Amino acid sequence: MEFLGGKFLQVAIALAVFAALIGLIMLIVDRAPKSVKDKVTIVGFLAPAAILMLVGLVYPAVQTSFLAFTNASGQPNGVDNFVWMFTQPEALVTLRNTVIWTILVPLLSTGFGLAYAVFIDKARGEKALKALVFMPMAISFVGAGIIWKLVYDYRGPAIEQTGVINAVRVALGMDPKQFLLDAPENTIFLIIVMVWIQTGFAMVILSAAIKGVPMELVEAARLDGANPWQQFRNVTIPGIRGALVVVLTTITIATLKVFDIVRTMTAGNYETSVVANEMYTQAFRAGEPGRGAALALVLFLLVLPIVVYNARVLRQQREIR
Amino acid sequence: MTVMPAPDEAANTSRTQTRPSKGRPVSPEDSAPIMRRVKTKLTSRWATAAAVIIATIWTVPTFGLLVSSFRPAAKQVGPRSDGWWNFFTDWDFTFKNYIDVTAAAGSQSANLSQYFANSVAIVIPVTVFVLVLASMAAYIFAWGNFKGREAAFIFVFALQIIPLQMALIPLLTLFTQVLQIPPGSYAQLWIAHTMFGLPLGIFLLHNFISEIPGEVIEAAKVDGAGHTTIFWRIILPLSVPALASLAIFQFLWVWNDLLVALVFSGGTADVAPITQRLAEISGTRGSRDYLNPAAAFVSIIAPLVVFFALQRYFVRGLLAGGLKG
Repeated sequence: MEFLGGKFLQVAIALAVFAALIGLIMLIVDRAPKSVKDKVTIVGFLAPAAILMLVGLVYPAVQTSFLAFTNASGQPNGVDNFVWMFTQPEALVTLRNTVIWTILVPLLSTGFGLAYAVFIDKARGEKALKALVFMPMAISFVGAGIIWKLVYDYRGPAIEQTGVINAVRVALGMDPKQFLLDAPENTIFLIIVMVWIQTGFAMVILSAAIKGVPMELVEAARLDGANPWQQFRNVTIPGIRGALVVVLTTITIATLKVFDIVRTMTAGNYETSVVANEMYTQAFRAGEPGRGAALALVLFLLVLPIVVYNARVLRQQREIR
Repeated sequence: MTVMPAPDEAANTSRTQTRPSKGRPVSPEDSAPIMRRVKTKLTSRWATAAAVIIATIWTVPTFGLLVSSFRPAAKQVGPRSDGWWNFFTDWDFTFKNYIDVTAAAGSQSANLSQYFANSVAIVIPVTVFVLVLASMAAYIFAWGNFKGREAAFIFVFALQIIPLQMALIPLLTLFTQVLQIPPGSYAQLWIAHTMFGLPLGIFLLHNFISEIPGEVIEAAKVDGAGHTTIFWRIILPLSVPALASLAIFQFLWVWNDLLVALVFSGGTADVAPITQRLAEISGTRGSRDYLNPAAAFVSIIAPLVVFFALQRYFVRGLLAGGLKG
């Protein structure tokens, strides 16, 4: 256990340095002359975070945008990387998969999450039932990858199956299937893993929204003779529209950036790669940072409309306040 | 990304998970025709059945992993292996897998205890850094008075959407070539994770801190308190619920991260987190395959403990502010 000592020391030093820096900032702010005190406070409180965000996010984003127009040796090559992306069969498969992911994951997660939230609303043991479905949120994508590899496990028809799904298939008289190898449906089986993770998130948000729908409206609909489906369709759904939009956009963005699931389960082989994974492969494995940057830029452009939309909603909300 | 139900709505739903149906006055209609009662009872029974089926499907994969992790190697891989569900009829239980994956040496060892320690050493400073820096910035965005405050805040909000993938290449060059931060230390990971955690942290805390009544702050000012006093003595203590939920979020993201680790850790056993080691050993198919379930369980045990212990705050944070995209 001697390795622990070194690690502990490093952590302690880091925390001490950080505390000293923060202490220094507080001291400067406190001692500043009254005339400039407010300005010094603003700079002192804001500067550390601002510098870190500028260096860590803004500068790299700008840099990557330029990098997207260079080749493997760093020379400008115009739009070659984008031409590659939209013409090469492998790259096109990546784009196709990304589109499939971003359509299916938000719809399925939100659908299951909503159904589940409605089913367990006011049920006995609601909390426990919620925790079971919400739990995958706490598991890393790598851990989820291992869990689902076990579920999808395949063995030849002659021997006993170790994967749950193939065991069920064999019991029903079907042939076992190589879930992760057979394109194109293997992409669907990877998507199921992401849906498994995200459904809990959708469920928690939507469940809260459902409880926020005024009880009187539901009662009124019921007195008017609406059956449960009509109550759901005409009262609940309009009442939670805002939460639905939030859940859909959030999951869409998470899906666009998904990387670990594909990487741990198939490493992007067998036609399962997505943009976020291909970006890592090109930039850090294939020695093509330009292509990686171009893919990252496309990712950013795909997410941009969602940001603009959300920023507008945010501003409207702040204006109302 | 953003999750923004109306604040009051979020507040009372998180406090009352189940709507108290008993407390409501019983209207005459409720005691009406037996038929309708039977009907609602029936539909709710179907709904409960469907819920139980979904809950089962969602839980079985993780449960299977847990059971597998206690089965001996020969039962998991090779010609004598079979499905984990056979565990219940063919009781064969061992801790050996756990000993193997955590042992510090040996040909079969995945040396996970060392990587586990790395994850702890990465996640603790990052969580502290993000909480302190984000709350300072959030305080200024909420209560500071300067030109362009709104625009700057919207900009910070928008930063959440930059895919990490875009930031990695330039940041790695900056760290190693310009700033000369040694690759075999935690520093690169601490700084990178802090940078990436700030936009959401600021956003989450700002939502909470800006709701603190202005009179509280005014009263402190009248009493002669400066900004630092107000921040440490009033803002932070009042923000404990928001800080708690951000801390949980931050813990889970950093613990579960693979991408940032792959790029900045250098992959050495001295620095790399447990997720990276897990990805490594699960990527190589072979004689060590039987270790995967135990290894995976070791890696998810910390987030699961944090999750189940602090679930309440976690959910509250989700509802009050936002979630990283």
